[in-house]
Amino acid sequence: MNAESPILEIRNLEVKRGGASVLDIPFLSLSEGEVLCLIGPNGAGKSTLLLTLARLLKSSKGEMAFKGQVIASNNAILTYRRSLSMVFQEPLLFDTTVFENVASGLKIRGIQHDEMRQVAADCLERFGIGHLAGRSARKLSGGEAQRTSLARAFATKPEIIFLDEPFSSLDPPTRESLMEDLNRILRETGTTTIMATHDQMEAIRLSDRIAVMNQGKIAQIGFPDTVMNSPADEFVASFVGVETILNGEIVKTGAGTVICRVQNGEIEAVGNAKPGERVVCCIRPEQVTLSTTQSGGGVSARNTFPGRIVRISPMGLFYKISLDCGFFLTAYVTAPSVENLALQEDKPVFASFKATAVHLIRRSV
Amino acid sequence: MDIIIEGIKHAFMLLFTLDREVLGITWLSLRISVSATFLSMFIGVSVGTAVALNQFPGRRLVVSLINTGMALPPVVVGLFVTIFLWRNGPLGFLEILYTPTAIVIAQTVIATPIVMGISLAAIQNLPANLRLQILALGATRLQMLWMLVKEARLPLLAAVMAGFGGVISEVGASMMVGGNIKGYSRVLTTATVMETSRGNFAIAIALSIILLLLAFTVNVVLTLIQQRDRPR
Repeated sequence: MNAESPILEIRNLEVKRGGASVLDIPFLSLSEGEVLCLIGPNGAGKSTLLLTLARLLKSSKGEMAFKGQVIASNNAILTYRRSLSMVFQEPLLFDTTVFENVASGLKIRGIQHDEMRQVAADCLERFGIGHLAGRSARKLSGGEAQRTSLARAFATKPEIIFLDEPFSSLDPPTRESLMEDLNRILRETGTTTIMATHDQMEAIRLSDRIAVMNQGKIAQIGFPDTVMNSPADEFVASFVGVETILNGEIVKTGAGTVICRVQNGEIEAVGNAKPGERVVCCIRPEQVTLSTTQSGGGVSARNTFPGRIVRISPMGLFYKISLDCGFFLTAYVTAPSVENLALQEDKPVFASFKATAVHLIRRSV
Repeated sequence: MDIIIEGIKHAFMLLFTLDREVLGITWLSLRISVSATFLSMFIGVSVGTAVALNQFPGRRLVVSLINTGMALPPVVVGLFVTIFLWRNGPLGFLEILYTPTAIVIAQTVIATPIVMGISLAAIQNLPANLRLQILALGATRLQMLWMLVKEARLPLLAAVMAGFGGVISEVGASMMVGGNIKGYSRVLTTATVMETSRGNFAIAIALSIILLLLAFTVNVVLTLIQQRDRPR
């Protein structure tokens, strides 16, 4: 990733629909070779942002620069569009062979026949669909069709690729293998990528940076680790899977740690804040451990709370335990642990978490 | 029954002996209807595509009008084309009433809404994001339109077949604007009507069979175009 020269930069981008603003991005910059994932709930504006960045949707205002050149004229838009590719949720293949589909972007550019055949064939091989070249695009499985669509997008050697939830209609094993291949190809080719997804795990695996979107705005943008563990606000926190979000007030400060009063409890957290300051405490459920005795192994004694199990909900590979410790706390526990600790509703337990597991968000009001 | 058998015999005789008058009528019918179909294809497919791809105020009304146009009665078309081309009419100066050109105009008016309506539905039926996908592949607007038309080629050719079917079998308008002038503007349908009214059933049946064969042949050709190059 080359941080000095942004390949794409936008300023004051706004898209309005029926008078209402559906996209409002004051600034966004993308470095060459970077993979940026957009996550957010349905209707957050992920697709709108992708379409606007690909100049397939008109913005109401704003400026876009590709490699330092502002894209303004129709000619510049066409040149820019020929430097990018886009893959949608549906494969959107043409009613012809797989080969012709993959070659279509090259044909549009008037590439010589021999070169076109060579490039398309290489791309088919790269996505593992060389054996399907002569097959009708109408007779492909979901995974094969999406592979064809991706191969078509990469055939033109785009400088930026936009992916709009390309895996969301695939079954888990197909998605897994395609994601693996895409990740490899993205790293091999060093193609700058913006991908929209609603799957955080997908985003964490593929991206260099993650942008969380809400109501047409970027709520937070940063490294995956930062977004997951230090969400910028309550919306981001709840979207990235922080189950415990508590309003509190700082009552005491120490050396790099603070004591925060939340409902009927006091939590120790790492951070800097002034006494009396109002904050939001975020605790990820996988950071909370449960025991039946008050011996939190290696955990600050202060953050061990006696509590009562309110509800146990199965979540597939683990259980979600809702607790009342004077404040509401959520923990994820594996099935063997539930069995070993004989957890059941109403049972008294001790919940503990490290002071570093608490992320503080200062409240603006 | 005898009348029908006699008619079929007569028809084949006329065909195999290459009767000049019958051949002339057939050739004219074909030329007129093919010309009208071509014209309606250009107008219908382009306007239908434009309406399908664009949003504008009054779009629903336009779509309803096009769909209504698909059921336009040929006699009504015949009446209005006659009025327009009448010596004192707005286009009277062209002096083309009772000519094959007038029939082509009337048939184009009949076939265009049919082709347009089916084209509109065909293009609208393509996936909504396909247009964006094509543009994202780097296509110019013209390339995009051509690729969409290619994608909808099956229903679009069906539209052309429906248009051709509508005009080759049409009689009212051809009679009114063509005048059924022997050796000049007489086509298969108008000739059939005339022979039937005269009681010449054998010739009428012969002409009908030729008409059916003609419609069949043209549709076979169009079907072959439609179904070729379909990958396995």
